[in-house]
Amino acid sequence: MTQELNRRAFLLHAGTGLSAVWVSANWPALLAAGEHARHAVQSATTPELEFFTPEQLVEIDAVAARIIPTDDTPGAREAGVAYFIDRGLVTFAKGQQQIFRDGLPALHALTKSAFPQCSTFSQATPDQQDQILHRFGQQPDGGPNVFTTAPAAQNFFETVRWLTIAGFLIDPDTRGNPNGVGWKLIGRDRAHTFQAPFGYYDKDYPGWQPTPAPQKGGTGQ
Amino acid sequence: MTTDLPKYKTSDEVDFVIVGSGAAGGIMAKELSSNGFRVVVLEQGPRLSESDFTHDEIKIFNEDLLTNHRELQPNTFRKTPDETAKHQRAIFYGRLVGGTSVHFTANFWRFHEIDFTERSKVGPVPGANLVDWPITYADLEPYYTKVEWEIGVSGLANASPFDPPRSKPYPMPPLPVKGCGVVFERGAKKLGWHPFPAPLAILSQARPGRSACVNCGFCESFGCEVGAKSSSLAAAIPAAERTGRCEIRPNCYVHKIELDEKGRATGAVYFDDKKNAHLQKAKAVVLCANGAETPRLLLLSASKQFPTGLANSSGYVGKHLMLNSNSGVTATFDHPLNDYKGFATSRVLHDFYELDPQKVGFYGGGGLDARFDFTPITFATGGFPVSGAPGGLPPNTPRWGKDFKAAIAHNFTRTMEVFCHGTSLPVENNSFSLDPDLKDAWGLPALRMTYKDHPDDLKLTSWLSARASELLDAAGATRHWAQPIGEQTVAFHLLGTCRMGNDPKTSVINSDHRTHDVKNLFLCDGSSLVTSGRGQPTMTIMALAFRAADRITALAKRGEITA
Repeated sequence: MTQELNRRAFLLHAGTGLSAVWVSANWPALLAAGEHARHAVQSATTPELEFFTPEQLVEIDAVAARIIPTDDTPGAREAGVAYFIDRGLVTFAKGQQQIFRDGLPALHALTKSAFPQCSTFSQATPDQQDQILHRFGQQPDGGPNVFTTAPAAQNFFETVRWLTIAGFLIDPDTRGNPNGVGWKLIGRDRAHTFQAPFGYYDKDYPGWQPTPAPQKGGTGQ
Repeated sequence: MTTDLPKYKTSDEVDFVIVGSGAAGGIMAKELSSNGFRVVVLEQGPRLSESDFTHDEIKIFNEDLLTNHRELQPNTFRKTPDETAKHQRAIFYGRLVGGTSVHFTANFWRFHEIDFTERSKVGPVPGANLVDWPITYADLEPYYTKVEWEIGVSGLANASPFDPPRSKPYPMPPLPVKGCGVVFERGAKKLGWHPFPAPLAILSQARPGRSACVNCGFCESFGCEVGAKSSSLAAAIPAAERTGRCEIRPNCYVHKIELDEKGRATGAVYFDDKKNAHLQKAKAVVLCANGAETPRLLLLSASKQFPTGLANSSGYVGKHLMLNSNSGVTATFDHPLNDYKGFATSRVLHDFYELDPQKVGFYGGGGLDARFDFTPITFATGGFPVSGAPGGLPPNTPRWGKDFKAAIAHNFTRTMEVFCHGTSLPVENNSFSLDPDLKDAWGLPALRMTYKDHPDDLKLTSWLSARASELLDAAGATRHWAQPIGEQTVAFHLLGTCRMGNDPKTSVINSDHRTHDVKNLFLCDGSSLVTSGRGQPTMTIMALAFRAADRITALAKRGEITA
């Protein structure tokens, strides 16, 4: 948990206090040190970026962290979603690579036009980031699409959104959601098998009883 | 225990070559090989085993581990024949040894008597080509029983007052009730309706080599890692192989049925995994390739003798596609149901199986069931990446951010659905055909689907959806919302496309599943159905396969196939 908080603190301040060079040199190790240890355990080596540059990874992590934010419970950041997306873009989501090549510059351009003082999306405050993301696709309140000028960018947001949720909620025994943080949030027990009773309503089930037989002539419908 | 599995040469003229190893093909293979025949089963997909049946949603939903491949096997869709079909994913089926029975929901009710004789009872329906089956429920009853006992079905006999007569109880008790089942029962009983434990092709008790269900929660869309789901792969194919007479040959994509100059089938031509073509010779051919690929294969096998497609003198090959109308109402409850545990469905009701068209104003009928068939990802997203599927969250839930996070955290364990299954009327224009432009990865014409729901199917869907909402009100749901009802554009149930009938002018196969046009060519799968039932067709497809195997065996033993 300490490592998790450290990493979160690191990310929150990455844009303001630390140089890109530092990020480049240390990012993989930082991830490996956290819940992302899962990848390291599996491969016995430090995970390496396969699609993003370290700088791009910081931007994707920042977007993912607004889609499933960290509050009193872990969010996309603690689930290492950015790494899941990185790996995904050279495997099952290979076909989405161009969306990211187009989308990252679009994100940058949107950031610069909305908040000229921010050189990157990740440097903006969470509130500013939300304002930028509201310009992609549908608004969080289900309102209309206000981002109509660059379909590639909208596609980018939808794709990051899907991949973020997938990386957060996929079976932790497979390729993401390390330590099951996403499942813990939604109440999905990690056990592999279950026995009845399963929940509140079937706890005291008395057994099946028939409804009295219908009147001759059907159901009256 | 290992048995030497037979390996036939393609030049060996085996008794039967069966194309497809799914719900029908697996049973056909088991029955025909058990009856002493030499059988080769050609399956286009791979042979996977229980250890391959992962819970990795990406492999299942994005990489088509178990299903027809979106890139290698593209398809097109249009609503009516005057439109040019567009390339879009419209068809899903299992593509592996065991076929769709590997990943299906395993909801397993029998068709009722009305499904076989509905035309006689309700008369013609404008805009549809509704006809009676050439067989009745009574003809099929012994085979439904055979499915239940041989393949393994859990259930409680006579628990529904609307059930058709049965000769034997189920071989094992129903699976334990789920939370969705308890609240469904509560609501239904308040309304005077008759909920009963869902009959499921999932074992509640272990059988040799197969575990009882362990309630892992990855059931619909996934393969069962303990053999509890009664797929052809778990329940029929091992028995076929134990006869020593049946070879299951995976990765074989059949694209042509070969004929001799007398118009008799001589075998099946297929591409192996290296795209080399082979002819497997056989005395007779049985197509069990599913309601999309069976008609496609017949159309691909057009020749001088059969210019409009093999066995297509009626012109009915590929026509009268029925998908089963369906919709659902999703609900949340105050306390955790934890319905993600276990199999999908828990309780069913058939009070509306047979509606009176005079009273409701449309033809049709259906069933409701209590279920939860979301995975964590599909619950939160609907699909990849913007499928339009509603997912499990209420309308207007924020799609990202802290309120989205709060919604998934609160709702995942508290959500269930009432699913509505109903009739689809057979409409001639609704069909599978060969796309004139798009090709698959083997250079063959892609499947084209043409489909527009009959207006009565949509009226029925709305009507059933309203009943589901009433039920959830009575059950005390915190909130419920109906999934939008509209014309279907995606096919899972592939029914009716080579219909059975006595008249060669208006059907493709006779009641022995023999094509009217080619004496030693048989078809048995979802394409054989004449009406759609009320959903859940796999039980009936398996029963038809048991029956067809009996009929084919009798014909072969009397020398009437090759003579």
